[in-house]
Amino acid sequence: MATSSVSKGCFVFKPNFKKRKISVPIEDYFNKGKDESEDSKLRFETYHLIWQQMKCETQRLQEELNKNLFDSLIEFLQKSHSGFQKNSKDWGSQIKLREIPTAALVLDLKHFLQKLVSQLMDCCVDVESKEEESAQKKTHCSMDSLSSWYTNVTQKTDPKMPRKKRTSSQWQSPPVVLILKDMESFTTKVLQDFIIISSQHLHEFPLILIFGIATSPIIIHRLLPHAVSSLLCIELFQSLSCKEHLTTVLDKLLLTTQFPFKLSEKVLQILTNIFLYHDFSIQNFIKGLQLSLLEHFYSQPLSVLCCSLPEAKRRIHSLSDNQCENIRRLPSFRRYVEKQASEKQVALLTDERFLKEEAQSLLENLYVYHTNYFLVLRCLHQFTSSLPKYPLGRQIRELYCTCLEKNIWDSEEYASALQLLRMLAKDELMTILEKCFKVFKSSSEKQLGSTAKKIEELLAQFQSLDEAKEEEDTSGSHSKGLQKTDLYHLQKSLLEMKELRRTSKKQTKFEVLREKVVNFIDSLVREYLLPPDTQPLHEAVYFSAAHTLREHLNAAPRVALHTALNNPYYYLKNEALKSEEGCIPNVAPDICIAYKLHLECSRLINLVDWSEAFATVVTAAEKMDANSITSEERNEIIHARFIRAVSELELLGFIKPTKQKTDHVARLTWGGC
Amino acid sequence: MSKPELKEDKMLEVQFVGDDDVLNHILDREGGAKLKKERAQLLVNAKKIIKKPEYDLEEDDQEVLKDQNYVEVLGQDIQGPDWHPERPRGSILSTPVTRSLKNGSATDGGNKVYSFQNRKHSEKMAKLASELAKTPRKSVSFNLKNDPEIMINIPQCSKGHPASDKVQLKNNDKGEFLSTTPRGLRKRLMVPRSHSDSESEYSASNSEDDEGVAQECEADANEVILRPKSQAQNRVVSAPVCKETPSKKMKRDKTSDLVEEYFEAHSSSKVLTSDRTLQKLKRPKLDQQTLRNLLSKVAPSFSAELKQLNQQYEQLFHKWMLQLHLGFNIVLYGLGSKRDLLERFRTSMLQDSVHVVINGFFPGISVKSILNSITQEVLDHTGTFRSVLDQLDWITNKFKEDSSLELFLLIHNLDSQMLRGDKSQQIIGQLSSLHNIYLIASIDHLNAPLMWDHAKQSLYNWLWYETTTYSPYTEETSYENSLLVKQSGSLPLSSLTHVLRSLTPNARGIFRLLSKYQLDNQESPSYAGLSFQDFYQQCREAFLVNSDLTLRAQLTEFRDHKLIRTKKGADGVEYLLIPVDSGTLTDFLEKEEEES
Repeated sequence: MATSSVSKGCFVFKPNFKKRKISVPIEDYFNKGKDESEDSKLRFETYHLIWQQMKCETQRLQEELNKNLFDSLIEFLQKSHSGFQKNSKDWGSQIKLREIPTAALVLDLKHFLQKLVSQLMDCCVDVESKEEESAQKKTHCSMDSLSSWYTNVTQKTDPKMPRKKRTSSQWQSPPVVLILKDMESFTTKVLQDFIIISSQHLHEFPLILIFGIATSPIIIHRLLPHAVSSLLCIELFQSLSCKEHLTTVLDKLLLTTQFPFKLSEKVLQILTNIFLYHDFSIQNFIKGLQLSLLEHFYSQPLSVLCCSLPEAKRRIHSLSDNQCENIRRLPSFRRYVEKQASEKQVALLTDERFLKEEAQSLLENLYVYHTNYFLVLRCLHQFTSSLPKYPLGRQIRELYCTCLEKNIWDSEEYASALQLLRMLAKDELMTILEKCFKVFKSSSEKQLGSTAKKIEELLAQFQSLDEAKEEEDTSGSHSKGLQKTDLYHLQKSLLEMKELRRTSKKQTKFEVLREKVVNFIDSLVREYLLPPDTQPLHEAVYFSAAHTLREHLNAAPRVALHTALNNPYYYLKNEALKSEEGCIPNVAPDICIAYKLHLECSRLINLVDWSEAFATVVTAAEKMDANSITSEERNEIIHARFIRAVSELELLGFIKPTKQKTDHVARLTWGGC
Repeated sequence: MSKPELKEDKMLEVQFVGDDDVLNHILDREGGAKLKKERAQLLVNAKKIIKKPEYDLEEDDQEVLKDQNYVEVLGQDIQGPDWHPERPRGSILSTPVTRSLKNGSATDGGNKVYSFQNRKHSEKMAKLASELAKTPRKSVSFNLKNDPEIMINIPQCSKGHPASDKVQLKNNDKGEFLSTTPRGLRKRLMVPRSHSDSESEYSASNSEDDEGVAQECEADANEVILRPKSQAQNRVVSAPVCKETPSKKMKRDKTSDLVEEYFEAHSSSKVLTSDRTLQKLKRPKLDQQTLRNLLSKVAPSFSAELKQLNQQYEQLFHKWMLQLHLGFNIVLYGLGSKRDLLERFRTSMLQDSVHVVINGFFPGISVKSILNSITQEVLDHTGTFRSVLDQLDWITNKFKEDSSLELFLLIHNLDSQMLRGDKSQQIIGQLSSLHNIYLIASIDHLNAPLMWDHAKQSLYNWLWYETTTYSPYTEETSYENSLLVKQSGSLPLSSLTHVLRSLTPNARGIFRLLSKYQLDNQESPSYAGLSFQDFYQQCREAFLVNSDLTLRAQLTEFRDHKLIRTKKGADGVEYLLIPVDSGTLTDFLEKEEEES
């Protein structure tokens, strides 16, 4: 069956019923494309498992993060509703009633709201929103019919009401909640009219509006004139900022040993950049994460080891010879082998069993490395996140990126951060240390248990310093209390004090201790925050193909088009197409030539001139061919090619027909070359 | 004097240089070719042909320069401004201002046009310079062997001096200097004409919207015509000055200049382009069929490379299937038709599953028809729906209820005219967000991604794949009313013949009479149509009608088929007109004569 026709544009293909039964399992697509299909089934299963876990985790996180918001929102709804109940009896407060309680909800992400919709309301919202849209157009859909519908529903169908509302069923007439997801995108006129009309009907039709606002609350007043906004009684609920949200997601998904899968520096950088500079969308971030996970398991045969430690150890045993060879080929593993004694080298390269055992211990090391890594990272973040100017970044993700990339202690920023740490005051240091202590305490890992103890000691020393200082204070208090004196004496005494301090080079106890703390954290960093590519077998868990991620998530179709038109050699690796920048060889595809020519024109292009220029170029290119056909025919063919090129450019949106001048087309882009 | 002939002339000249040389030029040398009497060369040179009028004006003043000043100018330039090949041409933008000031004679009104011209001019210079500067590397090796004259030229080339032609002129036969470059050739083509047509070859485009503007345009156009002489003279004086200015101005910020350039070009409603029309070209409009036939004779170039590209993409099919199943949707972008690729994907991967192919480029496509084919053909539903949204809801529910249902949607050109609307995209997006509907689509338009805001993008959940194929958009462009393809023309013609064929011979005669009269009188601008009385007289004389009633009845029939239009003239008399352009009418008459 062909898929082109002049009479229709949709073609349905239904396979025979029998055939349809055999549906190919998804796993099959996982391996078929690749030649080496090592453990692909297992890999796909692992992918699925990890992804499900991650998905659950993110959902849980989102719920948690928005719990506060939802709670206060629900509370608000209840409150406003009770007001309605009173008012329905008390006509005196008619004016107050006119104010529709409005909850303005500042949300960054839509799907929370959708969740909210499903939580709070069931069927009625659908009916509502539809009728709201059409209220302006259709006459039979008046507010009256709406309120009569409402009284009907409330009278006969309490059980039909959503559960949420029923639980608090002391309400005789539950309010109707209308959620406007994206307030900015509403037509203001419609919105205004709706608010005015519904405020008139409020006594019989209790309505609560919830606006979802993505920008700033001021937008309400900009969209609605005073006359309308005064009908609303607005309360503002602020959701968590998306950046904080990102931090939490990163914290729970990546900066943890719970999930074995890790991102390399470049990948993480790309994902955060897309988030920060393109969309502020957590959903997209998670999509990126999913794609990296998929790509990792798809392209890396050894990703089969990317699972929990006991499982991975088990899997190592059943690795095939091919997979062992894959391990040997890993750059990180080769580096590791080179460092070993020659006997061991031979064993690693020849003995499968020995290799497997070694790999097991290496995996274990990797696991331990990660545990320590994140603890120390958090600890370092405690230290650096409060420094002025944030030399190592305010967010932990920035710090993480730097640490992933290189030895952080070689960087200038780290040096300056340490400088700044050496200037911290005591109470600051102590709060940081306490936080660090908590971080270490939270982990049950033994290796760093001593570190926790050490921090405890340091804290104790600070405390004892306090007491010591008090004594010192009492002893030196008299000197501090400067008596009233004249300027000359003051200067003199200050100079003396300064002199005194310089001569007595000896640091105070506090300074010694502070130095100790800084050295302590420095040693921790140097020991544990090695970049992951120093670790053997890191390739199994780290996804590093950043370019594929960028290609598929953050594509630039315009750039691709531009390159294809300007530099066909980029795609068609033919020597004849090789050219210097800005030029195009005359043998290039027709559309490239036509494009190049059209760049020379300003707003309008004369088709005749264009076609002649095109013919010139193309004829030049064809000169090389045998002159078998007549020139007239050749001219016709060239003209046809020109027509094709022009209509293709039109399809691509570079030009459009214009009536400004006969036989002219208008350019739709600006600038040339 | 027809153009093609001239071209042939010139081509003969080309061969005169020697076949080997020609080949060499075409193949390798870019700059070298330019200096020959050769039209066959790189784009770089060819595009000069479509240059704007100032171009010719420029040529004029260059002549003067040649005669008097070229040595000085050259000297100036060699030591002077550091012409940068890479420099964006915008950066010399500001020269016009200074220059027009120096000109002094430029009036206020003409200033705009003038600066615009100069803008183009300076742009061209920079362009030329940059391109010349790029060529030497290759041309040197060749030229050294062959022609000494070009050797002299090379240093200038690398300096990127636009006047390098003149060096050539000097070495060449001085009498024929104009024909040395393609531009010169164009010039030569133009000169004789400009005597007869008196420069009207070029004029400002008459903007359709406003009469006042149109008048202004005319005034400006006149000024353009008047200017050449004075400009040329002025330029001689000011040439050294203007050669110096660029170096200073080039320091300007390039982005701000780009912006400036944009507004400069768009500030005036007129654009200077040549007035030539396709009719003068004597090239018949091709219809779709002949176009295809002609194109089929062209051997596709780079087929090996293209095949390789395609194979590369075909290896992704499995991955696409996987990703589609995992909840992503796939969008393909990049130059070239992706229809064949998707078709191969369909035939190799989707044979065993339900799928719908949607040709977005089909002019009659709509979301409604897509939804209809899903409900009626895929889900075998016979009922109708109140609205598209209802239908969407129904489909959504159906797919949510039955998770064993699976549907692949292949949309060619998701960004086509018919589907790019906000609502259509919203609906398709919602369809694609269903977990058991898999969407794989292609986009081609430059600005296609602008269709989707964040909300829609999250519905679509795209994974982007670049698939540049360079395949011609044969199917995609066959529907659209293309610029040069005779579609709009063939339709009235065929309808004319069809309608008339169903009429009596007498009626046909009547119509032929009217069309002949119209063709005879089409030249006169005051022709308003044939008055009914005159027409009746003529018809009687030709024994076509016997009373004015029969004629009236006949005319009513014509009018019903929209073959004629009647207009009341100023004197209250009815005038008859055939609302078809004269070209089609001539074709029609010729056809009629052939048949009878």
